[in-house]
Amino acid sequence: MTAVNSKPTSLTLTDATWVRATLVGITVLTVGLFLVLPLATVLLEAFAKGWATYFDSLMQPDALAAMRLTLLVAAITVPLTTVFGVSAAWAIARFDFRGKNILLTFIDLPFSVSPVIAGLIYVLIFGAQGWLGPWLAQHDIKVIFAVPGIVLATLFVTFPFVARELIPLMQEIGHEEEEAALSLGASGWQTFFKVTLPNVKWGLLYGVLLCNARAMGEFGAVSVVSGHIRGLTNTLPLHIEVSYNEYDFVGAFASASLLAGLAVLTLLLKTFLEWKLKQDVKASRQAAIE
Amino acid sequence: MPGFRPTLSITLVYLVLIVLIPLSAMVLKTLQLSLEEFWTILVHKRVLASFWLSFSAAALAASIATLLGSIIAWCLVRYSFPGKQLCDALIDLPFALPTAVAGIVMATIYEPKGWIGEWVMAAMGVQIAYKPLGIVFALIFIGLPFVIRTIEPVLQEFDSAMEEAAASLGANRWQAFVKVILPNIFPAALTGFALAFARGIGEYGSVIFIAGNMPYISEIVPLLIITKLEQYDYAGATAIGLIMLVLSFVLLLIINSLQWWLRKRNGQL
Repeated sequence: MTAVNSKPTSLTLTDATWVRATLVGITVLTVGLFLVLPLATVLLEAFAKGWATYFDSLMQPDALAAMRLTLLVAAITVPLTTVFGVSAAWAIARFDFRGKNILLTFIDLPFSVSPVIAGLIYVLIFGAQGWLGPWLAQHDIKVIFAVPGIVLATLFVTFPFVARELIPLMQEIGHEEEEAALSLGASGWQTFFKVTLPNVKWGLLYGVLLCNARAMGEFGAVSVVSGHIRGLTNTLPLHIEVSYNEYDFVGAFASASLLAGLAVLTLLLKTFLEWKLKQDVKASRQAAIE
Repeated sequence: MPGFRPTLSITLVYLVLIVLIPLSAMVLKTLQLSLEEFWTILVHKRVLASFWLSFSAAALAASIATLLGSIIAWCLVRYSFPGKQLCDALIDLPFALPTAVAGIVMATIYEPKGWIGEWVMAAMGVQIAYKPLGIVFALIFIGLPFVIRTIEPVLQEFDSAMEEAAASLGANRWQAFVKVILPNIFPAALTGFALAFARGIGEYGSVIFIAGNMPYISEIVPLLIITKLEQYDYAGATAIGLIMLVLSFVLLLIINSLQWWLRKRNGQL
């Protein structure tokens, strides 16, 4: 007892060397097997037949069309999800109203719904046998097996991304600064752009970043509504699937390397934004104290 | 403060258009079925087999991910070791990596001629890819960050004074772990498990490339929904989809209560 007490506290909390070694070993092995190896495999397989083949397969018309479609879908969905996210955060973090918790649960719902179901529900509305199917056919409008369906499915799966980042952040920052601006005669928009936005900009960017990664990478939901029409409705993830199933492994992994690069870039930016975010919250707490 | 009506209106209209109307389409479509038709779809052997597979694979994978994830979170918070920064940065990879990329990569690594697949085959005679075991491996990959990122903040906030107290009262490390640390990280571990499990049941992209997709054996529920859709069996796809939707809603409620419990225990409420 006395021996234990006389040791410095840090030592009483230190695990035996063999425990540390075993646990760190398990950690390094798991991270290596499940995270490092997959990333390395993407690159090795993509360049398995050299640079020339890699670039050739990326320059295929189908691959280029898939890249264009993926960029287009992200360019439509990310701004819409952002506008929704900012509105939801303003309404939820700045006001109290009945049913707020239910609203929050509904905003979270797309996170926990299988991506396949996210596609299925739009088929039930817009598909040939769906509610609006006959009407759409009459007016020659294509939603399912066309770009609008892909956009809708992507809107569903990215739905919570921006709102979920902004709501807790705006709640934490509080509304004192905004009320000060308003009482000094600023309009609502001025308050939002001059006070709120600078305060939450890193959190907002963080949400937009994750939303973009999901929009460009979504597979299951898009797969249901796309119809896999080469050069027309194949996004990059679907192009990977088609190439892989046709045993064009270099083609599949070349496209996969682009999305893996996007994922790594997302992680790097995310680390940077998290660091910025912590500093901002700290600064605003400091300001609140003063 | 201005802007309540416009922002709440945008939020509600967007929620109704993108989420609620489409989801209610599934409910209404299922309601067109008689109870008997609904029941016949669900108790079909192929459907039951896929539900059993999806649930058992997701539960097993989430358990393994919880075990491994707890160890990783512990090492990241408590120890310093070479490569720690890199490990920490890579943890979120499964969140950021598109599921189709994860799928073809896992299949390539674990197939009988793949880097690990060949080795495991030779050493233990076990085939991973194109078997139910492959699904478990893909779901461990998907589930790991959920567990780690749920446990990590709890360990960081954990007051080591309690461990010190246990040590000064004569408890050895193992006793301190079982009696002090474990009860404190248990809610977080359970939440992480629930998150990984919920995600695993619905997961599609990372699984289908490695699963083999044999009806009755390695066909997960989301794939069965797509198969039914491709055969224009809308009623079947919708009925199975509705069960999945109800389950994920129940899981979401459980997870929300778990997170509430977690915050309460951490004194944030």
